[in-house]
Amino acid sequence: MGLAKRIIPCLDVDNGRVVKGVQFVDIRDAGDPVEVAKRYNEQGADEITFLDITASSDDRETTVHMVEAIAAEVFIPLTVGGGIRTCEDIRRMLNAGADKVGINTAAVFNPEFVREAAERFGSQCIVVAIDAKKVSAEGEPDKWEIFTHGGRKPTGLDAVEWAKKMVDLGAGEILLTSMDRDGTKNGFDLGVTRAISEAVHVPVIASGGVGNLQHLVDGVTEGKADAVLAASIFHFGEYSIQEAKETMQAAGIEMRL
Amino acid sequence: MSTQTKSTVAVIDYGMGNLHSVAKALEHAADENTEIVVTSDPAVIDAADRVLLPGVGAIRDCIAEIKAQGLIPVIQKAMAEKPFLAICVGIQSLMAHSEENGGVDCLNHFEGNALFFGNDHKDVDGTKLKVPHMGWNQVTQTMNHPLWEGIESGARFYFVHSYYIVATNKDEVAGTCNYGHDFCVALARDNVFAVQFHPEKSHKDGLQLYKNFIHWDGKP
Repeated sequence: MGLAKRIIPCLDVDNGRVVKGVQFVDIRDAGDPVEVAKRYNEQGADEITFLDITASSDDRETTVHMVEAIAAEVFIPLTVGGGIRTCEDIRRMLNAGADKVGINTAAVFNPEFVREAAERFGSQCIVVAIDAKKVSAEGEPDKWEIFTHGGRKPTGLDAVEWAKKMVDLGAGEILLTSMDRDGTKNGFDLGVTRAISEAVHVPVIASGGVGNLQHLVDGVTEGKADAVLAASIFHFGEYSIQEAKETMQAAGIEMRL
Repeated sequence: MSTQTKSTVAVIDYGMGNLHSVAKALEHAADENTEIVVTSDPAVIDAADRVLLPGVGAIRDCIAEIKAQGLIPVIQKAMAEKPFLAICVGIQSLMAHSEENGGVDCLNHFEGNALFFGNDHKDVDGTKLKVPHMGWNQVTQTMNHPLWEGIESGARFYFVHSYYIVATNKDEVAGTCNYGHDFCVALARDNVFAVQFHPEKSHKDGLQLYKNFIHWDGKP
């Protein structure tokens, strides 16, 4: 017996509501973030990720208050991402009760920010979020590239090399989202998940594409992920966290039940 | 005054930030007769009924801040006389020495050291193990203790750490965990208890441990 694999429900929050878009369009309302977080906590979620996808920075105050409200009632780890650009942003979220922060675009534009953040706050609370897309054609060796702006802008950066660089700079965990799969319900991109998980020594969270519980199992057994993240399968009541954990355990994966 | 009948838990704030979760979880576990105070004031710590030493950040900064703020005497006094709980980097700071940051001398309350898992950590079967050790792992209770009351041996707690404790005195080890190898995750001697995991992030069992601490009289 040993360390359990984790299930992390993700709250994509826009203007104070949990939403879920299919590849970031066609947004559906899934409720109040504080209520949703409490429900997942009661269901046995291992962690919660709160992703602020609000376009304008005006609503950052709202996010701080919501993080405070969640942290006052939910006693499992809470990661907050979206719009984290400076050490001051990190400090505010940690003081509001976040345990970790997710850095995404800011790392692409300024990799040294990851080093600065890890040195100041410790690697354990710095999660680097990577949005990757497969760019190799059929028959070519697999290659994935980093994209920004919700998967619209290519950066020319190789995803596996980028993940290694982020860990070297101090990332304590990698949140890997396949932009090809996000919102499709076709399952994780297991190739990129495995390539990155085997290339780095820190935990990797697989994200993007979960449509059923077998996808969660595959993320761990084939993708070698340390944790699996999903949103819509839990938000709309298709499956509970408990059911997901039981399915994973039945597949031979060590879980916290 | 009703305040005189209240018992106080002082959470030591040595300037490393985020004690929000620790304070909130203690408040959640406390009844109306318990007050939780986050403080760096030695007088407040000295007056408290119970003291909690949290752990945030890297060991070098942690020890440096404790020293810079003049907190060593009040911490040592508290450890000599009242219920005292250290968590995460807090347990490491009570050891003699840590390998982190190129080697740091610590407070030497417990004999033993904090060692690095290494970036090439492996399970007994050769499987690669990620470092930090992050997530929910099982804690085997190796002694009966009031702080384990109502918590099953083998219950899972939340861990985030890259350095692990090797304790010299095995009879002070209150709990162990396995990650590639067995290691100490809880130490106890007299009125001092220390854990490697984060009770404030460990859901019901973590809150139960805080509740036990709030009601602990400091006797093993």
